[in-house]
Formats: sequence, structure tokens, C-alpha cells
Amino acid sequence: MAVAATKFKGFSRATLISVAQSLALLAGLACLPALGSVLPEERTDLMYHSYQGGGMDITGPSLLVRKNFLEKLSVSANYYVDNVSSASVDVQFISGASRYSEQRKEQSIGVDYLNNKTTMSMGYTTSKESDYDATTAFFGVSQDFFGDLTSISLGYSQGNDEVSQNNYTGHVITSTTHKGDVNRQNYRLNLSQILTKNFVMNLGFETISDEGFLNNPYRQVRYLNDDGINFTLQNEKYPETRTSDTVALRGIYYLPWRASIRGEYRYFTDTWGIEATSVEVRYVHPWDDNWLFEFKVRQYDQTKADFYSDLFPRESAFNFLARDKEMSTYTSRSIGIGASYSFTGFSLGPFEQFKLNLYVDHFEFDYDDFRDVPGGKGLNAGTEPLYAFSADVARLFLTVTY
Amino acid sequence: MMNRSGKFLLRVATLAGLLSLSACSVEPWLKPYERQNLADPIMAFERDAVQTAYINHVYQAREGARGAEGGGGGGCGCN
Repeated sequence: MAVAATKFKGFSRATLISVAQSLALLAGLACLPALGSVLPEERTDLMYHSYQGGGMDITGPSLLVRKNFLEKLSVSANYYVDNVSSASVDVQFISGASRYSEQRKEQSIGVDYLNNKTTMSMGYTTSKESDYDATTAFFGVSQDFFGDLTSISLGYSQGNDEVSQNNYTGHVITSTTHKGDVNRQNYRLNLSQILTKNFVMNLGFETISDEGFLNNPYRQVRYLNDDGINFTLQNEKYPETRTSDTVALRGIYYLPWRASIRGEYRYFTDTWGIEATSVEVRYVHPWDDNWLFEFKVRQYDQTKADFYSDLFPRESAFNFLARDKEMSTYTSRSIGIGASYSFTGFSLGPFEQFKLNLYVDHFEFDYDDFRDVPGGKGLNAGTEPLYAFSADVARLFLTVTY
Repeated sequence: MMNRSGKFLLRVATLAGLLSLSACSVEPWLKPYERQNLADPIMAFERDAVQTAYINHVYQAREGARGAEGGGGGGCGCN
């Protein structure tokens, strides 16, 4: 139980969305600065990633390989692993603290075909966990026109998930119960426009629709007992459909001293009542011929889902019930720094350039209506302190181009 | 009866259509040889696909919002 209650609290909840995102990346469709149709760069990236915060440690490798053929075709493959070790607030909430471990493996392949000023892309991704299997297929087309100053990309992906629930004896999985399926469809449109010789803008839209078992089979909500002091748990219950629309406006500007500044605004709304905005500013500064530094600040704000509550007034108070902190009202702020070093004048056979990169982001999350139940032990239900946590995210990777 | 996503896509398609029509009637104002700054790697919206995918993965897991991350483009060679 202690283990089970924590599932999906890692990165699993967003598995399919992540899968779709990876496909878009692999396909290169989201190749934003539209300066003529060419195939993606041939390269290999070997990365080690780390997320630490809120009682969770998530680490793992990722390998991305891309190879081009006949100046028409580009093929890519990605292998990615999340090793999750967690004793997050959700674990403590249910069980009184117990650490669990799990692993997610994701594999993707993608193909880009270039014909004149049109790039067609497709890809396929699978993701596997002990209780969550996901597959996504992606297709996209990108067209440059108007003297290559403008680019339009359209993308569609369809995902199918199988959601299960593990049953445990201690920390050992004794059986798995199939809970339901999820069908997800993503529609994307991107417009990129070069405005001046120093300025590019991009406008992106995405609509996502989900249908099926959207609950977390493990997570529970709490409701107030008749005594007005203590609470009892019941399983959460979500609607079986969700549709969201997101629009993002980005711009990047070349500064006179050879540096760039990038700004982004993103607005999100969905049929569950969540509205969210994020704003980001990023500055990139090269140093000598070898170094590239990056500085970033970002703020994210969202309102809660209509059926979210930290503490419901009674059992089954509403048709739908959620107590997922990602469904609550909260704010997160982050700062990030990055450095890349290119080993110039060094090559190894067909491998022309080697680059070492390190990026680190620090996040602060502050929740407005999600309470720290383990941290408020002994207090009346609903009077516990509001939850907050910080997280550090690092990516160390080697890039080889050929 | 068109659903919500259908209406949204129709609006987007209309916008794209208008943009492409208006583009046909205007001469491109930037010559290829004036695009030196834009071709600099520092002008890529995202330079490294693998790390962009990862940080977007973090956002998606820790935030309720999703979609239109942009991202990608790293190594796409479009410069």
C-alpha cells in the first residue's frame, strides 16, 4: 500500500505527453528558426539527467542518435530511462513515509523526409513501466515559403495508454490489475516568421484531447469527519474526457555584441477549469570560440481544477474528486544556468566535433491550497501548513557531430 | 456540430491561410546574405533537443499545463 500510493507521483503522470513531445523533437518538426529547408544536423547526444526535490530522486541516461541519408532522409533514435526513487509528500500522506523505486524506459524512432521546401516527419514511441504502457505515433509536415522568411508546421499525434495498478506485499509486486485505457490526440500548429535580420518570432498552438481512464488508480483524496477534526480517505475520481488548448508566443533577438535574448509567453486552458501562464526570459552569451553560457528565469502560475480540493467537506461530496497537487492553485519560479564547451581542433575519424554541456535549474514551488499533511501532524484537518518545496534539475551531456 | 477542438483548429487554419495569402503579395524583405546573424547557433530557439525534451518533461510532470512547448529544433540544422 505504501508503495502503491505513490505511483504516478514521479514523472509517470505525464508519460504520454512526454512521449509526444519527444516525437516532436525527434522529428525536428518544431525546428523553429525557419531559414530554409535542410535536414537536421547529424549528431549523437549522450546525456545523464537528474531531478532532486520534494523527496524524489529521478536519474537516468538518454541516448539520441541521428543519421542522414542521400540528403533527403534523416533517421533518429532515442533511448531514455527514468530511475525513480521516492519518499514524496504523497507517500508520507498515505503511509507515514516509505521509499519506493521504479523504472520507466522510453524508446523512439523518427524519420524526416525533405523534398524541396517541404519536410515530412513521422515517428513512433513506446514507454514502459510496471503499471503503465504507452505508445504514440506522430506525423507532421513543415513548409517554408515567402523567401524562406516564413515557416508553417502542422503536427498530429495519437497516443494509446494502458493503465494498470500494481498490488504489493511489502515492496514486492504480487499482481497487476488492468484499470483502463487512455486515447490521446494532439494537434499542433507552428508559425515562424523572420521579422528583421536580428529578430525571429514564433507562434505555437496545441490542442490535446484525452479520453479514457484519466485517474491515478493509487491516489486518494481526503474528506472531513463529522468531528470536524480528523479526515478519512477515499479514491480520487476524474472525468473521462479532457481537452486543453495552449498558445505560445516566442521571440528571439540578436544583440549587437553577439549574444541573444529569448522571451516566451504561454497561456493554457482546459475543460477541467485550469488556467495557466508561463513566462520565460533566456540570455545566451558566447565566450571565445569554445564557450557558450546561458541564463534563464521562468515563472509559472496556475489555477486549480474545478473538482480539486485539499479537504472535501464529506464523503463523495462531488461527482469528481481530485487531490493532486498539480491540479491545485500554485506558483513556481525557476532560474537556470548552462555552459557548453566545444573542443575545437579535435576530431576522431568521422566524428568532427565534441561538445560538453551542463545545464542546472533550480525550482521553487509554492502551493496556495495544497496542505502539507505529514508536516502538520497533530493539527486539525485543514489547518496544516501550506506545502512548498524546491527542486534541482541537472543535465550533463556530450554531443558529437559527424 | 463541431466539437471544441474542431473549432479551435478551424480558427488556426483560417489564421494560417490568411497569413499565407498576405505573404504572397509582399516581397521578402530580407535577402539570404542578410541572414548571417540569424544563422548563428545562439539564435536557435532550442539548441539541444535532448536537454530540451528533458526539461519539458519536468515541466509536464510538475505543472498542470501542457502543450505548445515549442522546444526542439536542437540540431535541426535549419540555420
